[in-house]
Amino acid sequence: MPSTDASPAFTERFGPHPSRSTGPRLDPGAVPDRAVNTHCCFCGQQCGITLLVKDEEVIGFEPWMEFPFNQGKLCPKGVKRYLQGAHPDRLTHAVAADESAPGGFRPIAYDEAVARVASEIDRIQRAYGPAAVGCLSGASLTTEKAYLMGKFARVCLKTPYIDYNGRLCMVSAAAANKKAFGIDRAANPWSDILETELVWISGANVAECAPITTDYVWQARERGARVIVVDPRLTPIARTCDLFLPIRPGTDIALFAGVLRLMIENDWLDHAFIRDHTIGWEQVAASVEEWTPRRTAEVTGIAEGSIRKAAEWWGQAKSSFLLHARGIEHSSHGVANCLGAIHIVLASGRIGRKGCGYATITGQGNGQGGREHGQKCDQLPGGRDLANPDHRAYVAGVWGVPPDSLPAPGVDAYELIRKIDQGEIRGLLSLCFNPVISLPDNAFVRRALDKLEFYAAIDFFLNDSARSADVVLPGSLHEEDEGSVTTAEGRVIKINKAIACPGEAREDWRIVQDIAKALGRPQGFTFDSPGAILEELRVASKGGVADYSGITYERLERENGIFWPCPAEGHPGTPRLFEPGSWNAVAKGSGPFYFPDGKARFVPAPYAPPAEVPDSEFPLILTTGRVVSHFLSGEQTRRIGPLVDQCPEPFIEVHPRTAEALGLREGDLATAETRRGRCTLPVRVVRTIRPDTIFIPYHWPGTRSANQLTIAAQDPISKIPEYKACAVRLFKAAAPSNGDA
Amino acid sequence: MPVPESHEFFVDPGRCIGCNACVQACSECDTHKGYAMIQLDILDRASSPQTIPVVCMHCDSPTCAEVCPADAIKRTADGVVQSARKPRCIACNNCVLACPFGVPKMNTGMHLMMKCDMCYDRTSVGKKPMCASVCPSQALFYGTRDEIERLRPSSQPIHTFRFGMQEITTKVHLMVRRDSASALNVGAAFRLTPAGDLPGEDPLLAAMDGGTAA
Repeated sequence: MPSTDASPAFTERFGPHPSRSTGPRLDPGAVPDRAVNTHCCFCGQQCGITLLVKDEEVIGFEPWMEFPFNQGKLCPKGVKRYLQGAHPDRLTHAVAADESAPGGFRPIAYDEAVARVASEIDRIQRAYGPAAVGCLSGASLTTEKAYLMGKFARVCLKTPYIDYNGRLCMVSAAAANKKAFGIDRAANPWSDILETELVWISGANVAECAPITTDYVWQARERGARVIVVDPRLTPIARTCDLFLPIRPGTDIALFAGVLRLMIENDWLDHAFIRDHTIGWEQVAASVEEWTPRRTAEVTGIAEGSIRKAAEWWGQAKSSFLLHARGIEHSSHGVANCLGAIHIVLASGRIGRKGCGYATITGQGNGQGGREHGQKCDQLPGGRDLANPDHRAYVAGVWGVPPDSLPAPGVDAYELIRKIDQGEIRGLLSLCFNPVISLPDNAFVRRALDKLEFYAAIDFFLNDSARSADVVLPGSLHEEDEGSVTTAEGRVIKINKAIACPGEAREDWRIVQDIAKALGRPQGFTFDSPGAILEELRVASKGGVADYSGITYERLERENGIFWPCPAEGHPGTPRLFEPGSWNAVAKGSGPFYFPDGKARFVPAPYAPPAEVPDSEFPLILTTGRVVSHFLSGEQTRRIGPLVDQCPEPFIEVHPRTAEALGLREGDLATAETRRGRCTLPVRVVRTIRPDTIFIPYHWPGTRSANQLTIAAQDPISKIPEYKACAVRLFKAAAPSNGDA
Repeated sequence: MPVPESHEFFVDPGRCIGCNACVQACSECDTHKGYAMIQLDILDRASSPQTIPVVCMHCDSPTCAEVCPADAIKRTADGVVQSARKPRCIACNNCVLACPFGVPKMNTGMHLMMKCDMCYDRTSVGKKPMCASVCPSQALFYGTRDEIERLRPSSQPIHTFRFGMQEITTKVHLMVRRDSASALNVGAAFRLTPAGDLPGEDPLLAAMDGGTAA
């Protein structure tokens, strides 16, 4: 089997080449033409940053001290982000696959590329029906683009098959929040972390994946708060915590159930809150009866004494803030994990008040806004439901199409890949999604993409997945367009354009509209600006749970963002959800939660082990995650020299006891092998990981990709893949991986 | 314009998360663009993710200047110890070897000692140093004494250090626990025994083996 790595000719032409400061970027005498306040293009915290522009190039940055969330703070990705612009790998014109061209692609004119994409979509849809073309999109897009992609799939392509890379990110939390609270958003602004006396962090490598949140946690600690960290690795945020619970990957429900049982046993419950503001308590209370401290300890691998201490602290706290992230969500029972976390929050009654909070730390730049307005397979704008006749009728009215013309709900991103493999989907348009690096069991994903009759990608770099594409259209960098995004806190903010797209590159929304026009289906796709898209989105979201109707760009800039729901222009927004006596569009005054009766739900979350547990053949657990200097599939950060220097290659973290048993020493090459594939990388022997677990960061492609190993098991509700636990074996390698797995 | 007296620099290694934002941002400073004057020390990654940002402490009596045979290192009236002056520096490395904090580095390409000058170009015009502006965990903090006391009630700043027989006071402060002594005995702080043994078992690490961690 040939190597999964890009050919030298491809890499020579399309990178990744690590960019470094040269010319005006290195000249201290360079005077910027203008300074543009905007936000970081990477994670869900969306730190404010000021970009410095000279001669239509971003030449550096200045901390934006006035933006309230980060007040100038930035992680290394934000600091060096400006080096993604004016980059040698940048696509400044369209390319088409051509085996005879250097790197396998030849430049073609933009109009010709758009015409080709449209004619291929048209050909495939005429031959096999509208559903034979699918779309993959992403949560790093602005909300306007995400909205447009959902509308484009349903109205222009009339295909049910669109889904997005938020499927790999926060859908488990989203589903659990909707089940328990009726709304999918962080319940509190981060300022509430500062007001709490106990911070509980489950499965969140805060210091590396949401670095600025560290200051909130440690500022709380400085004011006397205790910090509990639950993680199979002793991460930087765990290093100085008050209680560290090194959990066996994939067993979080058991821990939450064990804690809830101790809360019941010791009567550390808010009976009035449970009685007045929730339903379903008795069933959940009964369901945790079996989770004695001893059994919880056996299943989670955490000492019984630590479990008791965690329950005691949580049970007796006067205020608390529970944060979780992908560590509990990337699981074949991710929704149940999140529900378990919600159980201990609701039983304590500590939500909806100052210093009493709960939130998932959303991962992607627009992880929140990108999951609200219709690029999800079952969703319409405003957090509406594509299967709900009333919701269909409302949105169809806004779009000026018959409700019956809207397709039925489609399938999740991985199932969409399976439908490509099965030949049901034959054409694909992909924007802001790099599935070959980011989906599990990625040898299967590449095989499926190679079966497509036609694959068009829109990107600013030729990403690793798009090596399988027929046409790649040159899209826009974050700094080349304006729009809005919604942060992990639920704060809608304004992204400002710093520079124009280079060459024939276009803003992504223009490209999508150009395809609609070339298809002869321009109706509804003639917006002349992101602002015009937002105006329609405001109407389309009006009356929905995610109501943006009071939000304008002018307000976002003036008020440093607005927390949704914001149902009217005079409405101040909603920083903290579920406040006692608060009104919302669903409960209409009957209670603070987003159900008709205003009450939160205790939803049973039975324990199940990961889909694949260690056995004699594959005796260890593989868990995957991120490092601070790279972001997701690395298509941006692996092209920024100083970030590459900080972490040039992936590695395998192994506990010294495990390393010794396998004859591995620091720096040795070792092969990690699962039932899907193998991967050979240098070993880091550290005592900061459980002895039964190994860790590999996932930002790299080809033979260095952790997702060669991961399992495509998915949560039955959220369909999130199980990146955080599968069975693996490890052995000393003779030579680097050559992809012959 | 000098660095304002009201503003001071505080380092809290307890907060450092090893993200390198300080190092990356330092190289964006106009006076030494492309070079970082701060370094991130990894203590013992095999046992801990602990890291420490190392900035110039700006000593009241700078050892680096005292050992400089060319008198190239100046301390300005506002207490900032500057990089070696280019016409004078003979690249002898004395300062690099003598600094008790291990701060100055020789830029061999330029034959010049370069070190943190507390972002003189920024702090002298009322801005914060680049590293303290961006530091996500605020392990590096620049502000007034009032601010640090309000924000860090369980810590206290110290600026007196003992290295064996040498006692040094610095312009930059180190944040330590409120119950600590007012001067830091550096050897003891790192819990090294007289024989140079490593610290005892970390209870957090013991938790990996099923112990109770608190």
